[in-house]
Amino acid sequence: MQFRLEKRPQPSRLMLYAAPILAVILTMLVGGAIFSAIGYDGPGAVREIFITPLVTSYKWQDLGIKAAPLIIIGVGLAVSYRANVWNIGAEGQYVVGGVCATGVALATYGMTGWWILPLMALAGVAGGAAYAAIPALLRTRLGVNEILTSLMLTYASVQLVYYLVRAPWKDPMGMGFPQTRIFSEAARLPTIIPGTIVHLGVPIAILVALIVWFVMARSLFGFQVRVVGAAPHAARYGGFSENRTIWLALLVSGGLAGLAGMLEVAGPFQRLVPGFPTNYGFTAIIAAFLGRLDPLGVIFASIVLAITFVGGEMAQTTIGLPAAAAGIFQAMMLFFLLAGDLLIRYRLKRVTHQPTEARA
Amino acid sequence: MAEKMIGASLKDIKKDPNRTFGPPKLVVSRLSTRTEDEFGVAVEEVSFTVRAGEIFGIAGVAGNGQNALLDSLSGEVLGEEREAISLDGHPLGLLNTTGRRKFGLCAVPEERNGHAAVADFTLADNSVLTARDRLKMVVGGLIDSGAARTYTGKVIADFAVKALGPQSMAGSLSGGNLQKYIMGREILQRPSVLVVSQPTWGVDAGAAAAIRQALVDLAAEGSAIVIISQDLDELLELCDTLAVINEGRLSQTLKVGEASIEEIGLLMGGVHGTGEQVHIEAGGGVAVQA
Repeated sequence: MQFRLEKRPQPSRLMLYAAPILAVILTMLVGGAIFSAIGYDGPGAVREIFITPLVTSYKWQDLGIKAAPLIIIGVGLAVSYRANVWNIGAEGQYVVGGVCATGVALATYGMTGWWILPLMALAGVAGGAAYAAIPALLRTRLGVNEILTSLMLTYASVQLVYYLVRAPWKDPMGMGFPQTRIFSEAARLPTIIPGTIVHLGVPIAILVALIVWFVMARSLFGFQVRVVGAAPHAARYGGFSENRTIWLALLVSGGLAGLAGMLEVAGPFQRLVPGFPTNYGFTAIIAAFLGRLDPLGVIFASIVLAITFVGGEMAQTTIGLPAAAAGIFQAMMLFFLLAGDLLIRYRLKRVTHQPTEARA
Repeated sequence: MAEKMIGASLKDIKKDPNRTFGPPKLVVSRLSTRTEDEFGVAVEEVSFTVRAGEIFGIAGVAGNGQNALLDSLSGEVLGEEREAISLDGHPLGLLNTTGRRKFGLCAVPEERNGHAAVADFTLADNSVLTARDRLKMVVGGLIDSGAARTYTGKVIADFAVKALGPQSMAGSLSGGNLQKYIMGREILQRPSVLVVSQPTWGVDAGAAAAIRQALVDLAAEGSAIVIISQDLDELLELCDTLAVINEGRLSQTLKVGEASIEEIGLLMGGVHGTGEQVHIEAGGGVAVQA
């Protein structure tokens, strides 16, 4: 017995929006079963990872600050993926954005002024965009696949952090720890709700998502990105340059990842440490897809992923799940979503072998 | 029979027998392209002139450079010679499709899905694709979706496109209706030069007649029209003049009505008057080297 994938004439609109929800539910079911099978408390793991962070009010602030970078990077990636430009290296652009912002923070150390944070943000955006420009240049000039170059540059960026915190930027008063000094007050993001850790990055993330949503839905730039991604031939016929769109897609997604890096380094971290690369750039890929490459959808997807982050941390202490558990659940979500997408566009058809003489 | 099948009478194309042509509008002079891939056929030193009100046909067997010619006329593939293509004296050779449309040169490629239209987009969005500048659908970088819907509604009504409305997906239309929409989208922009490839390919008889009549009417208003087609009957019915493309080279221009089918057929077979590509085979048949 064989199966074949057959294209559906009209994919169901309802299923297009239901698929992310189904993927989350399936992840809970299958994830619970798997963790039960390998000897953990499966239902407990699902409860801790998906439910507890939602019903524990003092964890909500954690959700906000974990979702913020995912939203910012995720909407940038959504733009890029819409254009069929597969920027997998948002993590590297995020790291370089954070490094550039740190450079400004250290250069202005001890100074005060409202302009320091905007300057850091500018440096973060510029750094992320410049780092994404490398894959863009290689793709448009030499035809090098941007998936490989952007991914590999991520590892280079991590080494850059290691070097900087060990040598030139090492805190002189840090007793040999490989980290920079704590930023001065003017280079740290203010918290917006007193008594919590919710910093300015959270409203900025929502604002960025709304702006990108508007641009993608209403502007000619958004149209250009969508048409190049949907039908490159038609885009050329419509007068849109594919190379220019590749550049724009990588600069936008890289710039937003860099902005997220600046907000992280100036917010939760307040200094550059070797542990700064926290895989937000990779998790944001799941956020982009789970959010249907729609900036507003990315907000919800990022919150779901933030829940699994926070829940995963809690589950380590409460029921002794390994640290990788949250990652497994996140990866499962992407897997089920992509599988669901395939089944929305195609249907499985059983191929029955007919005897050859029957055809005469 | 065909009339019964489409439930309407097949009208003959109405042409004004006393039509006259204006000054040269589209002048193509020694236009050459490079092959984009190993299977593509480039065009070599193609020259022709189309006057205002004239319909100029390009006949030929498929795969003799028609696609390269359309791409270089529409601006999808940029040439190197500024003067190779000019419209009313303005050189267009270095402009892309958007730039050429602003001067009034619109084009319709042969392939509907994924080239002339995006199947996953609504018809209104497909109108933005090519009509955004001539119909002012973009204001300050933002798309005026109302203008796009209005224009698309007009195309649907004027060309009797069977679609639920401007918001229906291009991919949900039948081939013939999508072609009517695409032709309507370009013709209602009132281009001063329209270049179309296979305007009635895969379209039912009724729709084909409507598209042909619309082309004739556009020419009667003073536009210059170039039709690239493999349907010789269609070209003979519509065109005032025609030339034949073979292996990327264009024959001299023939007047429809004066040229014989045999003459056109020989040109299509590759006889450029030199005879070097034709030889008689032992069995007496004529073979043309590809």
